[in-house]
Amino acid sequence: MGNLYNLLTQDVRFEEALNSCMNCGICTAVCPAAEFYNYDPRKIVDTIQRRNEDEIEALLRSETIWYCGQCLSCKTRCPRGNTPAVLIAILRSVSQKMGYFTESEKGLQQFAISKKIAQTILDTGYCVHPDTMSYEQHPEQGPVWKWYTKYIEEIAPRFGANYHGEGPGALRNIRKETLEEINKIFEATGGKELMRKVETGAKNKTNIRNDEDLLNLVYNRNTSKE
Amino acid sequence: MTTKKHYWNEYQKEIAGDKYFYERSCIRQTFFPGSETAFLRILKEELGKNILDVENQHTCTGIGFYSDIVPLETTMTIVARLFSLMTEAGYENYVPSCVTSFGVFSEIVDLWEHQPDMLEKARNILLETTGRTFELPKNIAHPSDIIYKFREELKEKMRYRLVNRFTGKPLKVVEHIGCHYAKIFPDKGVGKAEFPHVLAGMIESWGGEVVDYPERRHCCGFGFRQYVVRANRGYSVANSKKKFESMQPYEPDFIVTNCPGCTMFMDKWQYTIAEMEHKTYDKKGYGIPVLTYEEMAGLLLGYDPWELGLQLHQVQSERLLDKLGIHYDPNEKYKSVSGRILPNPEKPQYLRV
Repeated sequence: MGNLYNLLTQDVRFEEALNSCMNCGICTAVCPAAEFYNYDPRKIVDTIQRRNEDEIEALLRSETIWYCGQCLSCKTRCPRGNTPAVLIAILRSVSQKMGYFTESEKGLQQFAISKKIAQTILDTGYCVHPDTMSYEQHPEQGPVWKWYTKYIEEIAPRFGANYHGEGPGALRNIRKETLEEINKIFEATGGKELMRKVETGAKNKTNIRNDEDLLNLVYNRNTSKE
Repeated sequence: MTTKKHYWNEYQKEIAGDKYFYERSCIRQTFFPGSETAFLRILKEELGKNILDVENQHTCTGIGFYSDIVPLETTMTIVARLFSLMTEAGYENYVPSCVTSFGVFSEIVDLWEHQPDMLEKARNILLETTGRTFELPKNIAHPSDIIYKFREELKEKMRYRLVNRFTGKPLKVVEHIGCHYAKIFPDKGVGKAEFPHVLAGMIESWGGEVVDYPERRHCCGFGFRQYVVRANRGYSVANSKKKFESMQPYEPDFIVTNCPGCTMFMDKWQYTIAEMEHKTYDKKGYGIPVLTYEEMAGLLLGYDPWELGLQLHQVQSERLLDKLGIHYDPNEKYKSVSGRILPNPEKPQYLRV
């Protein structure tokens, strides 16, 4: 048994994610990512099931594993009780561990996700927050969003929000002691290690050392023809 | 009939009746804070329930977890910390405001049930890092479950029905259920994954008609990393578009969802598609209004649309309010909390507002 397959099976989710696949393709039929990309979860599950080390390595270096949207529609439908989306999560985890994520444009996007989501969690205690969702980076949010974020201090209390306030309520400032506990948990459980690994890998691969320049590149670049 | 009823019983879930520990949603606080406020108001003022909203809660890390930037062990321990707040407060019924969080909690509790050593690991790491301990919740229910459970009691208090006052006919409502509500663990949802009834039950009880259209159960297209990264957003908008195209022939009066992301995307992507392709999914160019279930319930209970925060949606709701027969003051729409009239948002080029 090869090394990469072993690494995949060491993930505690593996046992629940793959029993045996009969290649019926129902996961692909129901998959929103397969609607949009040249993407076939059935093939990915089969590749893992066949334990072909070269093909698994190619997957770990590929764009393909980053196409899934983790909606988990595949879990509901698989007649054998497999969960292709969780296998994808495991592949992504191993791809980041091995440093292979830097080989693909979509894998490199993990740097942007680390800065925009993981770092926001550590700094604010929220995954997303109006302060981190600028209209300029989110033009699809439209003029109402532009208006709301401009006047948020004056209007959010009308909806019962406690924007940057003390005490409970929507958008309250999360206390320093709480943020310290979140930070300690991230450090002790490998959350910060993954962020550092993604940052080092992305910077070494692109040779871009400036955070903002690298973020702009991976956040916006889309050369995919699939 | 008895057999049918018996069969349907298997599709129900246990929903605690009182004493809830509330966990807020990052997306809802950001985009629809009025809906969380309305949920707490409905529970406390209309139903007389005990629900606790503590200040030292925080994200469940869901968007990071499903974007594969936050490892399982980290999310698991963050979940443990949230449970410790519930335990500390003396509560046992956990109510995560977000469908993504609901999925995270369901997944982690399932993992702990199947692999008790992981529960032990979470207990140890939490104790080492924060000195905290926790008990598992006796019940995890999504807020939409609770509104569903008490839909008939609420109906008694409602001033309006989901009926078009111009025609006397039921309003046609598209209900969209977040994927992580029942697709991960069908048993965790009312009606399971095959017959999701959590929103349909509210609509039918309150006088509306549910639209059954081909892509009813297709994902809204959030896709976590597929929206978070700008380069990937084509995935997200394309999947919403697939749904809009499919529901359009049924001429729905509005869309209601139980997931924060779905509410936001189905609203904002209509604007995006209108501006990019000059296409709207109603006949008059305004788009189809998208409401949260609390906004729907709040409107029927007679809450002020502008206190609920309907002006925060990009697709505007006045035409729907007119159909419902709800009176509103247009001058109140863009006022600040102190009563200052704020400048109106810019108008989109194509989408009518």
